[in-house]
Amino acid sequence: MTKRDLIDEVNRRFPHLSHRDAEVIINAIFDSMVDAMRRGERIEIRGLGSFVVKHRRAREGRNPKSGEVVSVAAKKVPFFKVGKDLRLRVDGKAPLLEEEGE
Amino acid sequence: MTKADIVARIYEKVGFSKKDATDVVEATFEIIKTSLEKGEKVKLSGFGNFIVNSKRPRKGRNPQTGEEITIVGRKVLTFKASQILKKDLNTISSS
Repeated sequence: MTKRDLIDEVNRRFPHLSHRDAEVIINAIFDSMVDAMRRGERIEIRGLGSFVVKHRRAREGRNPKSGEVVSVAAKKVPFFKVGKDLRLRVDGKAPLLEEEGE
Repeated sequence: MTKADIVARIYEKVGFSKKDATDVVEATFEIIKTSLEKGEKVKLSGFGNFIVNSKRPRKGRNPQTGEEITIVGRKVLTFKASQILKKDLNTISSS
C-alpha cells in the first residue's frame, strides 16, 4: 500500500470529502509527525506504536575499502517501536476485532 | 505528540471540522494497521516504509539457566525511515 492507496481508501470511506481533501489531511498527518520529530518530540499513536528521535554522537569511522579514517558527524535518527496490540496483530496472534480497543 | 495533537493541527491550521479531522485521522491509522496485519508493506513517501518481516525459528539460550530453547518463527513489523525524513531531522528548521 502506498500513500496514494491510503488516500483513495480514505476518500472512499468519506464520500462528503473530496479526493483533494483526503490528500490534504493525510499529508498534514505525516507533516505534523515529521515536525514533532524535528522538535525532538516523542510521538505516541495508540494502537500503532511510538516514534522517537535518537541522538548519535560524532565518531571516528573508517572507510572499509581504503581503511582511511573519516570523522562521522553527530546526527539524529528516527526510530519506531511497534505497539503491543499491533505487534500481536501482525503476528496473527490477536483477532481483528476491537478496532477501537485502546 | 498524540493523535489528539495531530487532529488539533488539522482542524486549526488546515481548516476541517473537528469531527472530520478526528474521523480521518482514526481511519488513516486503522487502514495502515489493517494493511500491515495482512502482511502488506505500507509505503509513505517522504516519511518511511512499514514492512512486515518473517523471522525463522532459531535456537536460543536462557542466559540465566543456560538452558537451550527454540525461539519460534514469527512476523515482526519494522519501520524504515525515508531519506527525506532522515535529512529533515538533521537540517536546521526554517519553517
